[in-house]
Amino acid sequence: MGFDNAYEALTEGQDDARWAFGTGFEDPLSGVDTTLPDGVDGADLAAYCVMLGDDALIMSHRLQQWCTWLPELEEEVAVANIALDLLGQARLLLTRAGAADGGGHGEDYYAFFRPEHEFRNVRLVELENGDFAELVTRLLVFSTWRLALLDRLRVSRDPVLAAIAAKGVKEITYHRDYAAQWTVRLGDGTDESHRRMRAALEAVWPYVDELFTAHPVEQRLAVQAAEGNGDGARGGDHDTAPAVAIDPGTLRSEFDDVLAQVLKAASLERPEVAPIPGVAGKLGRDGVHTEAMGYLLAEMQSVARAHPEGRW
Amino acid sequence: MTSTRHHDVVADARAAAETVTDPELPMLTLADLGVLRDVDVVDGRVIVSITPTYTGCPAMDTMRDDLVRTLHEAGYDDVEVRTVLHPPWSTDWISEEGKRKLAEAGIAPPGAAPSPQQGPVPLTLEPAPSPMIMNTSGPMWSESVHDHGRGGGSAVRCPQCGSPDTEEVSRFSATACKALRRCRSCTEPFEHVKEI
Repeated sequence: MGFDNAYEALTEGQDDARWAFGTGFEDPLSGVDTTLPDGVDGADLAAYCVMLGDDALIMSHRLQQWCTWLPELEEEVAVANIALDLLGQARLLLTRAGAADGGGHGEDYYAFFRPEHEFRNVRLVELENGDFAELVTRLLVFSTWRLALLDRLRVSRDPVLAAIAAKGVKEITYHRDYAAQWTVRLGDGTDESHRRMRAALEAVWPYVDELFTAHPVEQRLAVQAAEGNGDGARGGDHDTAPAVAIDPGTLRSEFDDVLAQVLKAASLERPEVAPIPGVAGKLGRDGVHTEAMGYLLAEMQSVARAHPEGRW
Repeated sequence: MTSTRHHDVVADARAAAETVTDPELPMLTLADLGVLRDVDVVDGRVIVSITPTYTGCPAMDTMRDDLVRTLHEAGYDDVEVRTVLHPPWSTDWISEEGKRKLAEAGIAPPGAAPSPQQGPVPLTLEPAPSPMIMNTSGPMWSESVHDHGRGGGSAVRCPQCGSPDTEEVSRFSATACKALRRCRSCTEPFEHVKEI
């Protein structure tokens, strides 16, 4: 006791060291059977969970940065809750990754001690925050895409991933509705709010195509199903055998339908802007990020790196 | 005989675990909330299974600590708390007793949860009336009661005066599991455990 600053308590040697309510986290998958399903490549499954976990973690961080900046108290509470849901998903997915690849890494390693090129999130989530219209637009795009993805992952061949997805679907349904309602309110609101929504759509849309571009890991885990249960025991039903992953390209039509429905109600149009290309064809899933990412990580990881023995 | 004895041991451990209350809703036990999924005793070790209400629920670790402490105090030295993710928690698991206690505490209990479906999740586009927008908006923002996520079920009643004429102020409240509403009859704001 008698610390000079609050963070020093993090390195206190006691087993139950706690410096605030909600700290002292244990393994969020404690007691969950994390055995690899037959025929599933542990390294690929881990890489896939890192991708989905990083999307949630980095999006959550950008939403957390909105705290105290939102236009009214209800939005403060809403955005903080959405960020918390995504942080919870990130914790489970990154812990799943650590268990799947056998490397023994916990969630803190993934969040705080990886360099930029090891983060596998799509670039959409790392972009600098803009105005409230930009928050609404990015959240609409992100949650529409992620809801479609998690909805299909509810039957993933990995039961842990399936359980995380089933829980996430319930949460993201609320996130998408929240963003969609604000899109309508702003798009069909005043001239100024309409103008800002149009500008936000044009800023966000160049990063949409990337969401539907499959990384080789996603491709492998998505087709593994078709061939996967080829041990003959299942006879002719291998066509319906669940895959571990989903090829994000298959989500595009649902995404386009939902966005068309929302934009129409909001008197907005889908912008005609070119996608932002990657670097030599490499995208966020390959560990190639935008300039904003380094600054984001520097902030997000600073406390953990300054106190590497700390417990949270 | 042995199995009867085992049954008694499990029942006693379960009774102890069922006294533990939720850190955020202390009027409810974890059993009322449907968070306590199972209690078993294996080789003298009490194994308690709990499930999170929301993925990011920060109270999970406190629940775990409270369960271990309570069982220790009840004389069980060897206690393990396990997380169960599947099937995901639903507000349908809140007991009738739990719903009654929520209403008594001024929190509107949830209605029936939407049933899980195959295929795309439908979008809810009707705007929730907002205190900021309500007075300046056009006909788009109707005055009717919107019962988001309630699948056409009955309206959320005000826990203070019982009126069904209530509106959603924000779909998110002080904890992830609650929405913020307001009663148009008595004008009191109140929280509502939203259906998932």
